[in-house]
Amino acid sequence: MSLFVAQILNSIQLGVLLFLMSAGLTLIFGIMNFLNLAHGSLFMVGAYVGATVAAKTGSFAAAIAAAIAATMLLGVIVERTLLRQLYARDHLDQVLCTFGLLLIANEVVRYIWGPSPLFISVPAMLDGTIRIFGQNYPAYRFAIILAGLAVVAGLYLLISRTRLGMLIRAGANNASMVSALGVNIKFLNTAVFALGAGLAGLGGLLIAPLVSVQPGMGEPILILTLVVIVIGGIGSIRGAFYGALIVGLIDTAARVYMQIGLLQLFERSVGQAIGPAIASMLIYILMAVVLAFKPQGLFPVKHG
Amino acid sequence: MRIKTILAAAGICVAGATAAHAQTGQPLKIGFLAEMAGMYGAPGQDQYDAFMLAVDERGGKLGGVPVQIIKEDTQFKPDVASQIVDRLMDREKVELFTGLTYTHIALAVYKKINDKGGFMVASNTGPALIAGKGCVPNFFAATWQNDQLSEVVGKYAAEKGYQKVFAMAPNYQAGKDFVAGFKEAYAKPLLDEVYTPVAQQDFSAELSMIQAASPDAVYVFYPGALGVNFVKQYHQAGLSSIPLLNTATTEGINLPAQGQAATGAVNGSFWGPDFDNETSKHFVQAFEAKYKRIPSQYAAQSYDAALLIDSALAKVKGDISDKDAFRAALKAADFKSLRGSFKFGNNNFPIQDFHIFEAYKDDKGRMNVRRIATPMVQAQDHFAAQCPMK
Repeated sequence: MSLFVAQILNSIQLGVLLFLMSAGLTLIFGIMNFLNLAHGSLFMVGAYVGATVAAKTGSFAAAIAAAIAATMLLGVIVERTLLRQLYARDHLDQVLCTFGLLLIANEVVRYIWGPSPLFISVPAMLDGTIRIFGQNYPAYRFAIILAGLAVVAGLYLLISRTRLGMLIRAGANNASMVSALGVNIKFLNTAVFALGAGLAGLGGLLIAPLVSVQPGMGEPILILTLVVIVIGGIGSIRGAFYGALIVGLIDTAARVYMQIGLLQLFERSVGQAIGPAIASMLIYILMAVVLAFKPQGLFPVKHG
Repeated sequence: MRIKTILAAAGICVAGATAAHAQTGQPLKIGFLAEMAGMYGAPGQDQYDAFMLAVDERGGKLGGVPVQIIKEDTQFKPDVASQIVDRLMDREKVELFTGLTYTHIALAVYKKINDKGGFMVASNTGPALIAGKGCVPNFFAATWQNDQLSEVVGKYAAEKGYQKVFAMAPNYQAGKDFVAGFKEAYAKPLLDEVYTPVAQQDFSAELSMIQAASPDAVYVFYPGALGVNFVKQYHQAGLSSIPLLNTATTEGINLPAQGQAATGAVNGSFWGPDFDNETSKHFVQAFEAKYKRIPSQYAAQSYDAALLIDSALAKVKGDISDKDAFRAALKAADFKSLRGSFKFGNNNFPIQDFHIFEAYKDDKGRMNVRRIATPMVQAQDHFAAQCPMK
């Protein structure tokens, strides 16, 4: 029972992290019809900037602010100078260009911060465990869950209650119509890009105390993020949220219960050998199934 | 016999060149092969720094003759390492090598160096093949055999009487080898063993499994950055009360980044900075003074390799053209090792003690390790019997 509770918390923690990444990516795709493979680089930059500021000032709050500000600024600069030219272009051009950006970002980071990984510590007040449902759970991971859910609530309010949110919803539905109605779509694009970049940067910073901050750290999470938005439905914030939770749940559960389950069926050594392999495939199998039967995703944007 | 003939032939071919060097007073060239950059570069840097410390202490000489260290980055790629060896041996006439950080690099070059009449004094890694069936006369390990590093921890776990042990490692050959080595010495069934994907950095699900299983002790092999992440997350998950036994995880290079989270974790090795012999005390003091950090075991091995080369070169007065004499001089291992006693077995791997070290905060406020047990005394590796050399 306690293992079950802990794994649910683990999967929510992974889920909210994936949501921070996929919210931005799915909006950018939905509104600008733009596929940004460099989204993982913003995650990496957030982690690096946050780690550097945390090491210099010793303040985690300052690190959060710096990571978000730096990635938003970077997002705006890249969008204004380069990516804007590509909105009308073919998806292949977009993929080639942003893949190039991803490689450049990794090398620039390697040049500035060096090839060795950086490590930062968990803020002192969160360095321990809390007791929840009769289960010890790392306080920092629980804080990630709370922070992620706060962002979800904030985004919900932003999108459903504000003028900017209304434009974002309208843009996701029919961008050219919004533009025809006299809305400054260029500004809207930049705003959405900055929002997505800031969320990715926040995600990178939040995970930085748990993993090593190193060049290329954005790629594994970018792949999971792409799975999330395919499952959730492209352009749908709601889809990104549920998709992220589903992927988080399946990935975490597979790592634990796949091996336990296989041990019932096979000999110990066989189960131990194929368990990790199947576990890491499972979310991609799910994505393939979703693509085959519901190509619009499980929670598509409602049109009309 | 055939090897000897080849060696002799190779020896005659290169003897002229070496003798010429000795006459003209040119420095003796030593090839230093290691990973020098990137994610895999930290051990190589420690190996190089320690080796150069020994050379600098002797005024740029080893064994009384001037030496020139040619540093080459093998880039974690066996083909690159192989090309470097060809270039150094054919063009630069290098006959003596040291370094080697990773097993696959060692396997790619050790035979080539031997067959061309060169010598290798390895200062990291100890593959089973080179210790056993594939042993060669000109390869000398100033290190250990890989399996011994987990065997010592397994012995320790058995001595401590841990009943339920949970093992974890990355899902690749070295990970499985170390867990297998641990299991063999521990000699009881494990509670569970889990292998994580090599690129996985977040261990939340596995740590929850450990918590649910509540073992007496946990054994892991997570080298480098993975080890930093694992130890920090282990501590954050509130598992610090369960003894964390490991190979290559809470050691010199990782400890500064792990910080307090590593406190109390125990690691199996052949040497620690608290050793009380003259060589070790001098080495630790000189290394810290020069490089402002605590030397790791990688540094210690490399310093020993330099001392070994120093002793052998002194015996042959810097002339390595007489292969048999130089080989005998290396094999004699007539130097004061920082690990205390040191002698070579039939397979040119050391027969030595293995210890258990506990991570703690030292009186200067740094994370360090201290010896708490010595489960293996004058131990020889299991593969020596498979080596036909006498």
